[in-house]
Amino acid sequence: MNDIAPIKDQAARDAAARAADYEHGWSSDIEQEYGPKGLSEDTVRYISAKKDEPEWMLDWRLKAYRHWLTMPTPDWAKLNIPPIDYQAAYYWAAPKTKPKLGSLDEVDPEILRVYAKLGIPLEEQKVLAGVEGARKIAVDAVFDSVSVATTFRKELEAAGVIFRSISEAIREYPDQVRKWLGKVVPMADNYFSALNCAVFSDGTFVYIPEGVRCPMELSTYFRINAENTGQFERTLIVADKGSYVSYLEGCTAPMRDENQLHAAVVELVAMDDAEIKYSTVQNWYPGDAEGKGGIYNFVTKRALCQGKRSKVSWTQVETGSAITWKYPSCVLNGEDSVGEFYSVAVTNNHQQADTGTKMIHNARGTRSTIISKGISAGHSNNTYRGLVRIGAAAEGSRNFTQCDSLLLGADCGAHTVPYIEVRNPSAQIEHEATTSKISDDQMFYAQARGLGMEEAVALIVNGFAKEVLQQLPMEFAVEAQKLLGISLEGSVG
Amino acid sequence: MLQIHNLSAAVADKPILNDLTLTINAGEIHAIMGPNGAGKSTLGYVLGGRPGYEVTGGSVAFNGQDLLALAPHERAAAGLFLGFQYPVEIPGVSFVQFLRESLNAQRRARGEEPLSGGAFLKLAREQAALLRLDMEMLKRPVNVGFSGGEKKRAEMVQMGILDPRLAILDETDSGLDIDALRICGEGINAIMRKPDKAVLLITHYQRLLDYVKPDFVHVLAGGKIIRSGGADLALELEEHGYEPAL
Repeated sequence: MNDIAPIKDQAARDAAARAADYEHGWSSDIEQEYGPKGLSEDTVRYISAKKDEPEWMLDWRLKAYRHWLTMPTPDWAKLNIPPIDYQAAYYWAAPKTKPKLGSLDEVDPEILRVYAKLGIPLEEQKVLAGVEGARKIAVDAVFDSVSVATTFRKELEAAGVIFRSISEAIREYPDQVRKWLGKVVPMADNYFSALNCAVFSDGTFVYIPEGVRCPMELSTYFRINAENTGQFERTLIVADKGSYVSYLEGCTAPMRDENQLHAAVVELVAMDDAEIKYSTVQNWYPGDAEGKGGIYNFVTKRALCQGKRSKVSWTQVETGSAITWKYPSCVLNGEDSVGEFYSVAVTNNHQQADTGTKMIHNARGTRSTIISKGISAGHSNNTYRGLVRIGAAAEGSRNFTQCDSLLLGADCGAHTVPYIEVRNPSAQIEHEATTSKISDDQMFYAQARGLGMEEAVALIVNGFAKEVLQQLPMEFAVEAQKLLGISLEGSVG
Repeated sequence: MLQIHNLSAAVADKPILNDLTLTINAGEIHAIMGPNGAGKSTLGYVLGGRPGYEVTGGSVAFNGQDLLALAPHERAAAGLFLGFQYPVEIPGVSFVQFLRESLNAQRRARGEEPLSGGAFLKLAREQAALLRLDMEMLKRPVNVGFSGGEKKRAEMVQMGILDPRLAILDETDSGLDIDALRICGEGINAIMRKPDKAVLLITHYQRLLDYVKPDFVHVLAGGKIIRSGGADLALELEEHGYEPAL
């Protein structure tokens, strides 16, 4: 997804030219099937029926929907959120395909082309035949409301790993799903999580059995394609005792003038000695330079470090979306469990981001690390909001927080809002925060060595974000570096 | 190679350079000396194209090109190198990454193929060895935690890697101990004393000139060159100070 070269067909080339500033701004003419417009119990029933869900699932959705109706829109974030007309959107859009896909051959070739344009290796064979030593990555591709392809299934099954779209998992592994669904992020947790519970259409379920180190990176690529459609996906990852998994998530959407809603829920569960590494490169369409269009990204991500010595590490690179509202968190219930949050959030033009984390220390010896790098340019606003809570039982717990903000230009804003609650006197908390600008000295020094202005900015910004970027798996790190440069184009000069 | 003609420049509306004229030919090493505030560093920044240093008159030709019409990075690609008096720190970016991207940006601008990672590292290793700088230092972030002497040696390594036609070295000798001074001097000779290259040394003191023998020495005062001579002029200034020259 790094250069234009692989784009073969003229339509895609034209779209790419139009989307000069946003590489993934094209849309595809794929035959879509839409559900009823607007949000009602009928919509919820329609989705559940489409997915051939068991009764308990429909009941759960309806309960969530009825609760959502009673909830006010949250307004505590430092975001200016225009009113969202929930009746003007579609909650179900799916490519017209055969109901059950046996193999990739049966996927609409146009969809495969979309993913090829994104540089996502859906075609397993190609990957398998690829360069020796190339890392295998299993992919679940979610296109608008449904998962269209999950790769490497057999190889993963041999290791005992379940990697399925969540709709399949609800049918095939109902007990496993039911045990944890909504347990990390309760249905009524917040406005957008309740909405997600009611209308989520697809997503990913992963189970790593006891003692298994997942043999490859798992990833889900989300693509919003249809117009006037929200995407509400749900991810549930359960890492059993002593297991390990690294999971990657990427997101893109076409450029459209209207705003589109994305309200996802991600739940992670780590048992004793298990480790989950969850990496996100979020590049939803951010809107144009005047702030028109773009994705509203309201996401609830939370991990339960349930087991002793369990560990969850969130890494996110947030460059897209018109509005980002997202706080990947860790609830440290297991003794000596560890939570980490590494974040780079870039806002340019009129983007708004209010993002951060919550580290909830409920057991003794728990540790958490928060490294947040916010980069603001243009007329954007970028807020770090984080909570560190040390419960009464969390004897000897520690947190280290570092929040750095970098400003490009005079019209943007950076804000840091840390909340610290300590109920155990043995806890140790450190918080460091800096705000800086790219200095004229740095810019001239880099330019005097031959770098153009935008190359210089990209280099300096990447240096600023390095601590976070180096947490990403190699392939993602390279992509993220380029993305930082692209996102800030036109922000200086 | 470089023709500076009646150059005038101002910083924040304050005139600093005043009708300065200087010609540097290929194969020559020039030293510009002068008292504090004479405009020496300003001359370097104006030639490098630093924003805020406003040219108010005159012209500069660099190998036949109008230098003043080029952006700073275009001047670098055209073969101009500016050695900084106070090298700048760039946290999180290693020298290796910084220089490889810089070199390849220059090469792209000149229509040359970018250098591969392996070829670049070989080049960097050679140039680091020339300045007796541990290659490991180049894996560290640009100038972060470097001593004054290490920063200046790293500047010379950068010059060696970027291989410019003309180097303008602003007080490369400041902050150097005796050994580092000699190493930097030898480095300048090895990299730049070639028939198709030229150097403009900006300095307060004669001591660097013991190692890098200038063909011409100029005294800059009040924003213009008030006296020019051979290497002897530097010795004279060292002995008697700038007062008699002013």
